[in-house]
Amino acid sequence: MSTSANQNTMAYSDKVIDHYANPKNVGTLDKSKNNVGTGLVGAPECGDVMRLQIEVDEVSGVIRDAKFKTFGCGSAIASSSLATEWLKGKTVDQAMAIDNMDIVEELNLPPVKIHCSVLAEDAIKAAINDYRVKNGLPELVEEKKAH
Amino acid sequence: MELNLPIYLDNNATTPMDPRVLDAMIPYFTEKFGNAASRNHSFGWVAEEAVDYAREQVAKLIGADPKEIIFTSGATEADNLAIKGVYEMYASKGDHIITCTTEHKAVLDTCKHIETLGGHVTYLPVQADGLVDLAELEKAITPKTILIAIMYGNNETGVIQPIREISQLARKHGVLFFTDGTQAVGKVPVDVNADGIDLMAFSAHKMYGPKGVGALYVRRKNPRVKVTSQMDGGGHERGMRSGTLNVPAIVGFGKACELCMNEMEAESKRLSKLRDKLEQGLLVLEEAYVNGTPEHRLPHTANISFKYVEGEGLMMGFNKNIALSSGSACTSASLEPSYVLKALGLGDDLAHSSLRFGLGRFTTEEQVDYTIAAVKETVLKLREMSPLWEMFKEGIDLDKIEWAHH
Repeated sequence: MSTSANQNTMAYSDKVIDHYANPKNVGTLDKSKNNVGTGLVGAPECGDVMRLQIEVDEVSGVIRDAKFKTFGCGSAIASSSLATEWLKGKTVDQAMAIDNMDIVEELNLPPVKIHCSVLAEDAIKAAINDYRVKNGLPELVEEKKAH
Repeated sequence: MELNLPIYLDNNATTPMDPRVLDAMIPYFTEKFGNAASRNHSFGWVAEEAVDYAREQVAKLIGADPKEIIFTSGATEADNLAIKGVYEMYASKGDHIITCTTEHKAVLDTCKHIETLGGHVTYLPVQADGLVDLAELEKAITPKTILIAIMYGNNETGVIQPIREISQLARKHGVLFFTDGTQAVGKVPVDVNADGIDLMAFSAHKMYGPKGVGALYVRRKNPRVKVTSQMDGGGHERGMRSGTLNVPAIVGFGKACELCMNEMEAESKRLSKLRDKLEQGLLVLEEAYVNGTPEHRLPHTANISFKYVEGEGLMMGFNKNIALSSGSACTSASLEPSYVLKALGLGDDLAHSSLRFGLGRFTTEEQVDYTIAAVKETVLKLREMSPLWEMFKEGIDLDKIEWAHH
C-alpha cells in the first residue's frame, strides 16, 4: 500500500479537487449518431480509462457538446472534466491543437500525474478521429506521446 | 457518543500510541536516562532493570523466555537479522530459503539480497484465498533448505497463514521456521511454543507502542537457534545486535505488549464485530468483493475491491475525513498496483479498485457507521462517472475489449 490519504490531499491542487467534487459534463452521447465522435482510451489494468465524446455541429464544424466518463484517480477525472469544458465551442481543428501540457498547467498536475493529461489528450484525438472516420475523412495520425 | 473526525483507519500502517504507554516511557527520557549497559552505577542499573522488565512483558505476550527476545529498531531490522543471520550462521548446512510472494518487502527484498550473495530462494505462490499451499511448501523443501520464512498475518489482506502446519513441516524436515509477526502479535494469540516458531519479527508501533523499536524472537532450546549478528559493536543483546538500547522505547514496547495481552480477548472480539459490520455495510453494494479468505483473518483488517471504480479516486472522495489505504498505486512511478493482491490472482483492475480498512483500539462504532456511509456514497458517485460501470451495466464483457495499453 503505497498511497496514504494525507499524501493525496497534499498532492492535489484546488482545481483538481474542484473538478473532482463538481465534475463538468459527465454523461453519455448517442454514439450511433453520425455527428458524435467517441474516444475510449486507457485500460482497466492501468487504473485509468477515459471515454470522451464530442457532438459536432455539421454546418459550422463547432463542437456543440462534450461529455466524459472516467475510471481513474482524481487527476484523471479532473483532466477529462477540464477537457470537455475546453472542447465545447471549439472547432474540431482547434480541438486537435489541445496539448496535454496545457492541462498539466491549468490543473497544476505533479509529474507523477502527467500521464492523466496525456490520456485526456489521447481521448480528445480519439474522439475527433472517430468523428472524422464516420464522416469519410482520413484519420489524423500524430506521433504518440510517451505515457 | 460523539463522532471524532478525521477517522484513522490505517492501523496496519501504524497505530497511535496508547497514552498509558507514553506515561510509562516519559521518566526514561529524563531522570532515568542511563545506559542499560553501564554496569557500574545506579543510572545504568535503573535502565537495565527497566529493560529487563520490558523484556519480560514482551516475552510473555508471545509465550517466550525473556532471554529469547532481541531488541531491534523495528520489524524491518528483525526481518533482516533473521534471514541474513540464519543464512550466514547455517551456511555449512545449506543455502536455500523458502518464502512466499505475499510477504512484506522487508522479507522479500532481504531474500533478493540473499540471492545476490549466491543463495537460493523459492518464492511460493499463494492460493486465491491468500493461503500458502502446504503440499507445495513441502515439495519445495530440499536437503539444502535452511529456512522457511512465511508471515503470520498479512498486512494488506489480514490473511493468517496456517502457522502450526507450516512449523510442523519445518520440524519434520529439520528446517528452521521464521515468521514475520508484525501484524499478528498483540492482535491475536501468538505462542511461539504452541505455534512451533523458531524466529519471529515484530514491532511496537503496530500495537500502540512507539516507533523505532521492535524485536526478534530467537528460540533458545529445541532447537537452539543462532543468528549471525548484522550489526557489530559492543556485543549487546547476547552478541546478536550491538548498539545502545533505546531504553524509553523498549519500556514503551513492554507496556504496549502488557496492554495487548490484558485486553486482547475483549478487544479482538470488539474489532472483529466492528470489522464485520463495516464489511456487511459495504458489501450491500453491487460488485464489491472481499480480498483474502474471511475464515482465517486478523480481526481488524478488511480489504475490499469495489469493481469499476479506482481506489485512489475513491479515497479522494472522503480522505478529508477518513484515512485509509488503497491497493491502487496511482502515485507510484511504476503505476503497478498491489503485488499482494495480484498474488491472490486478482486482475490489475480489481487490485486498482481496492481499499484496505485497518481498524484499531481507538476506532468507534460511530466512526465505522460514518465510514460505511461515506464510502458507499463515493462508490455510487464514481460509478455514475465510470465508463466501465456503464459498459458493465450494458452487459458488455470488459475482458473482450482490446484496451490500448500504455
